[in-house]
Amino acid sequence: MDFLFNLRWDIIWNYRELFLQGIWITIVLTVSGYIGGIILGVFLGLGKTSKKKWIYWPCKIYVDLFRGTPLLVQILIIHLALIPTIFGHSLGVMFSGIAALVLNSAAYNAEIFRAGIESIDKGQTEAARSLGLTQGQAMRKVILPQAFRRMVPPLGNEFIALLKDSSLVMVIAVNDILYAAKVVAGAYQKFWEPYLTAALLYLILTFVVTKIVAYVERRFSIDYNPRKNKGGRVAR
Amino acid sequence: MIKVENLHKTFGKLEVLKGINCEVTEKEVVCVIGPSGSGKSTFLRCINLLEEITDGAVYIGGAQVNDPKTNINDIRTEVGMVFQQFNLFPHMSVIDNVTMAPMLIRKMDKKSAEELALELLDKVGLREKADNFPQQLSGGQQQRVAIARALAMKPKVMLFDEPTSALDPEMVQEVLDVMKALAKEGMTMVVVTHEMGFAREVADRVIFMDGGYIVEEGLPSEIFANPKNDRTKAFLGKIL
Ligand SMILES: Nc1ncnc2c1ncn2[C@@H]1O[C@H](COP(=O)(O)OP(=O)(O)OP(=O)(O)O)[C@@H](O)[C@H]1O
Ligand SMILES: [Mg+2]
Repeated sequence: MDFLFNLRWDIIWNYRELFLQGIWITIVLTVSGYIGGIILGVFLGLGKTSKKKWIYWPCKIYVDLFRGTPLLVQILIIHLALIPTIFGHSLGVMFSGIAALVLNSAAYNAEIFRAGIESIDKGQTEAARSLGLTQGQAMRKVILPQAFRRMVPPLGNEFIALLKDSSLVMVIAVNDILYAAKVVAGAYQKFWEPYLTAALLYLILTFVVTKIVAYVERRFSIDYNPRKNKGGRVAR
Repeated sequence: MIKVENLHKTFGKLEVLKGINCEVTEKEVVCVIGPSGSGKSTFLRCINLLEEITDGAVYIGGAQVNDPKTNINDIRTEVGMVFQQFNLFPHMSVIDNVTMAPMLIRKMDKKSAEELALELLDKVGLREKADNFPQQLSGGQQQRVAIARALAMKPKVMLFDEPTSALDPEMVQEVLDVMKALAKEGMTMVVVTHEMGFAREVADRVIFMDGGYIVEEGLPSEIFANPKNDRTKAFLGKIL
């Protein structure tokens, strides 16, 4: 264990600004990827519950494509092939990185939304429709409010997964946490210090996110029973 | 009020309704009885198009429900439905369950919707439960709320699909009493039920269904006292 005492943590300190920037970039990547992924995921998820084939199939193919291929491959295709082909030139690594995370997490979120919607008893839709609500009104007033509560835990997991997966955009040189580690490693030919630092930073971030997710879960995964849920979390 | 002409319904290859003809006039109470799987629920659900109609026609108040030009949502506001499993909205309080549709569809303001809801909850004997949530109520209470919820749209017809079958025996009567009162007020009702006592007492007409057909129909006194069809006899023999 001698080497632990010979580690040169001062080199990390010298590059602290790069790491701080990396933290910021990782947060931006994850949060934008997550928000975009939820918005797109809602539509894909609703699409996957559709009875109309021309809605269902494109959504299904999209989801299967993105869930069936590695994110790393998607990042490379999007940055090096897709965006240059569409726009004629690169829109920057950050744009590509966020785009890849949005498109990828949307596919996973779509499944969460679909499963959440389909987990609500069919009788709920029927009761709503029998009162004269349209499909859209039934969705908004009856199905989604119930489904949402069930989606909170898996959506929280998705956030944590995305935070860690965001490190893959380093491959197109987005200057996130892992990129900072790589720069330091290259400069000093030292590997323990920078990569341990990166690991530690991710650990801290996931810890914070886990706490946030747990809080949100407490707020929203509540029972419908107003008397019981005064005390916070309610076991069903 | 309701007119059903040569109604056919198939699920895939399975033909569940094989040509139903029937008419329900205003203020009439019709009870539908028959063995399990005979198509009673399907018949009821075709009336407000919860099931797509394969062939034939259903008219409600003159409008054909399975005409593509008809706005089915408008028709459904006129047809209340009560389900075996209550299907109350668990994320809403009792009163919100009742006010939601009138506010959303009839554009009622909150205050008059709540007045209406309390009046209806009073009618089903549950005014004091207005602020509870459905899962705090017993089955019988939930079903009475479901009736109030359907009545809040001021429907012209009420459809009941075995409204007491999911209830503990001691709760059956409270729901039947509400339905009886409703019938007395002159509501047009179609009730699928296994409660022969209720059918005998309240129904103006009893329809016996078997194998996707209406096998026999008539006054409750006739059907129960001397059924003509052998299948009706067999069914009533088993159940009474
Ligand atoms: N959505 C569906 N898909 C396929 N088959 C169905 C569907 N709904 C009903 N059926 C079939 O149609 C037949 C009639 O069902 P229905 O529910 O109308 O009977 P029922 O008379 O109401 O019986 P019960 O007294 O058990 O409620 C049954 O054989 C049932 O399996
Ligand atoms: Mg049935």
